[in-house]
Amino acid sequence: MITVTINGNRVELDQPMTIRELLETAHVPPNYLAVEINADVVPRENHAVQMVNDGDCVEVVTLVGGG
Amino acid sequence: MSPANATSSPSTPASTLPIDPPLQVGGHTLASRLIVGTGRYETMQEMRDSIDHSGATCVTVAVRREKLYSPTGQNILDFLDLDRYTLLPNTAGCYNATDAVRAAKLGREILRTLGNPGADWVKLEVLGDSKTLLPDPVETLTACRELVADGFSVLCYTSDDPVIAKRLKDLGAASVMPAGSPIGSGQGLLNQNNLRIILEYLKQDDPDYPVIIDAGVGTASDVSQAFELGADGVLLNTAIAHARDPVLMGSAMKHAAIAGRQAYLAGRIPKRLYGTASSPVEGVISTRPYGAASRSAK
Repeated sequence: MITVTINGNRVELDQPMTIRELLETAHVPPNYLAVEINADVVPRENHAVQMVNDGDCVEVVTLVGGG
Repeated sequence: MSPANATSSPSTPASTLPIDPPLQVGGHTLASRLIVGTGRYETMQEMRDSIDHSGATCVTVAVRREKLYSPTGQNILDFLDLDRYTLLPNTAGCYNATDAVRAAKLGREILRTLGNPGADWVKLEVLGDSKTLLPDPVETLTACRELVADGFSVLCYTSDDPVIAKRLKDLGAASVMPAGSPIGSGQGLLNQNNLRIILEYLKQDDPDYPVIIDAGVGTASDVSQAFELGADGVLLNTAIAHARDPVLMGSAMKHAAIAGRQAYLAGRIPKRLYGTASSPVEGVISTRPYGAASRSAK
């Protein structure tokens, strides 16, 4: 069991997983999303290999209406 | 008196209008000088239709956390034709340079994977006060420097302060975007003198440098006024989104932008204290009641 922070919420995961696996829980296509781990953007090309590890701070963002 | 030998008649326009070159910002060419936001609409459909009628080809979007574990139903990207619009991601809601740079990089990543040309630019907005939504000039300068170094074309929201505007241009901002009045306030262009000075300073020896009035627009005449001052573009959101009829206001903004820009290019007449007659003063069948003009006409 690992604990990570995703979008400001502490979340427990059974085991480390890749970003691609994490994004499978989202309800929008993955190319609508960008991911940061510990304040660094993870390029989409690396989502399949970049692991989310214990203690990581993950941000998953999309685009919304704005001015 | 016969029009038979006239080279032009009332039904045949004698000339065509000069071509106004499109707005260039960074590496982007914008067919419309109006940039519109996508926020604060009642529905996604209303947003889509209002923007359609505004004629804008560039729209701003914000970067926000995805609600991973609760289905949100709709995403704005399903309502924007990415072949038609260049997206301009903003850093709205950021109160320091670090967060603004992070938001910019996240926006870039999304647009890069979407294949939208907007991946190389950002509307930088670093706020200093949540009540007035006025920008923090120190953090804005810091963020602008970092983003330019990172290769971004930075369109920089700022106050109407000419000195900060000049500093931002010197840092390499692709466009400086002074506010007409506070974001969403609808107060129009509160300090036209400062906006004039900004336009003068930033365009001195660099007439094509794009200055875009961003924020504060309340209605169509504000847009016209901005263009009449010499602004290259206007960015607005709430004035359309919160109008009673946003779709109709979108259309009004389109026409206001064209009217203001054409008036600027055409050149307004100087303001005079006294009237000057449009009709000939010679040959009038009437007499004048008083004054110098009346005496000389006798």
